Amino acid sequence: MIIDKFRKRNIKNTGNINKKVDIPIGKWVKCEKCQEILYKETLHENFSICPNCGNYFRLSSRRRIKQIVDEGTFSPFVLNIKTTNPLNIEGYIEKINNLQDKTGLEEAVLCGKAKIHGEEVVICAMDGNFLMGSMGSVVGEKITYSIEQAMALRLPLIIFAVSGGARMQEGMISLMQMAKTSAAIAKFNEAGLLFISVLTDPTYGGVTASFASLGDIILAEPNAMIGFAGPRVIKQTIQQELPEGFQTAEFLLEHGFIDKIVDRRNMRDMLYKLINFNK
Amino acid sequence: MLVDIKEEIQGLGKTVQEVKSNLTAWNRIQIARNPERPTALDYITIIFDEFIELHGDRMFKDDKAMVCGLAKIDNQNYTIIAEQKGRNTKENIERNFGMPNPESYRKGIRFMKQAEKFHRPIITFIDTKGAYPGIGAEERGQGEAIAKSMMEMANLKVPIIVIVIGEGSSGGALAIGVGDKVFMLENAIYAILSPEGYASILWKDSSKVKEAAEKMKLTAEDLYDFHIIDGIIKEPIGGAQYDKNFVAKEIKKVILKSTSELKQKNEDLLIAERYDKYRNIGVYK
Repeated sequence: MIIDKFRKRNIKNTGNINKKVDIPIGKWVKCEKCQEILYKETLHENFSICPNCGNYFRLSSRRRIKQIVDEGTFSPFVLNIKTTNPLNIEGYIEKINNLQDKTGLEEAVLCGKAKIHGEEVVICAMDGNFLMGSMGSVVGEKITYSIEQAMALRLPLIIFAVSGGARMQEGMISLMQMAKTSAAIAKFNEAGLLFISVLTDPTYGGVTASFASLGDIILAEPNAMIGFAGPRVIKQTIQQELPEGFQTAEFLLEHGFIDKIVDRRNMRDMLYKLINFNK
Repeated sequence: MLVDIKEEIQGLGKTVQEVKSNLTAWNRIQIARNPERPTALDYITIIFDEFIELHGDRMFKDDKAMVCGLAKIDNQNYTIIAEQKGRNTKENIERNFGMPNPESYRKGIRFMKQAEKFHRPIITFIDTKGAYPGIGAEERGQGEAIAKSMMEMANLKVPIIVIVIGEGSSGGALAIGVGDKVFMLENAIYAILSPEGYASILWKDSSKVKEAAEKMKLTAEDLYDFHIIDGIIKEPIGGAQYDKNFVAKEIKKVILKSTSELKQKNEDLLIAERYDKYRNIGVYK
């Protein structure tokens, strides 16, 4: 018994379990919207949607991919590239190292090849737990590489976006990743292949203003906040209150900027159907 | 508050070279933002033998923060796409202080496609604090407009020459910044966002603006070292406002040289090299 307890503690201390968890450590979690205390396992079995009020919890890139692809089919692209500190911003590399330890991720996007109901795809999932999913050199390179791989392998491309935008710490080099990824999508289009962009909460700035808005089909999760400028900046600029529902997925649908809002529980089937329509 | 840098410098008894190399990033930002700094139209009317402005995005309106049209030097035709700040308060209100709404970018895209149809090289002039952050801009897809503009530019079959003449800030600037050759005026700045915004996001303290300016690597020299731009265009000491004719002449030289260079390349090579130019930007190990 005592040995068992020690063992358990040892396992926890290695961090291997905690690394993959995207909501606070422990078995219970509180829904921010309805304040209900939820059992984590129940929550995850329900696609991380609150069973009480329907609130969507944010997903880590790993959990996202797990929800979408056939079990055991995801093989990540190995690029062996590491984030550097071109502007010498104090504490940047330490922050990256800490996040890598905490999340078990290399950077703010997870990319690879996988199958959805047997259909091969290239899939990227950004990760909001890693510097708000911001796009610096490594994220830009991984996404561009994935677009090029999809071209080389002639596979459909699916990108789940979640991002605060271009990454401040890498300055202009981050901004230029917008041009880099958009140019890659331009080339991808010439190849006559399908790109489905899925916008999740929140998607802003340089990611909205580049590849994420360039899908042949653009889907979004219900209630996701999506925009170019952040609500605070807009409010400061115009000195007015923002209308209710401003920059939600529903707002974008109404204004014609996304094709469809898809329930997280149906996302996998919807992607499969869309891939088959565009074969 | 306008500081006459020229007079101050003369008073100090320093050589031009000494002074230029001593300018901090913050000094350059102040020069770039000087209300007397020449705007795109100031240069366009000097550089080109003829310029006809044409209007509208054919969808919603004519956004005056962007000026588009046809221009000519000798027998060479060009399409012009330029972010345009106002030269006084009245004009600034009309031009939304040079902050484009999505219609600007859609107007730009319309003229890019037209340039392609009629085989005209494109010259873009960048000068903006950023794309306008407003309710209407979001309703009409500011992000989509910027993304589409960059995507279209990546694949255009004609030469594109980009010149950053003043402030080039955020995606609102880069939206018309994808080209075969990118130049900056000596005192222009090109950045992920304003140093004020940078300081408030990164350090939660917008008063650290000078520190941010130095950190951000937003001067022409910095960006040349990063291989993000291809060349720097000279300005008179103290800034372009002291001699816009000189600056216009320098810009014209660069346009003519780049045009003849880029016209040698066939469409496929042009597009392939443009792709590689952006494909290779990124720093990692």
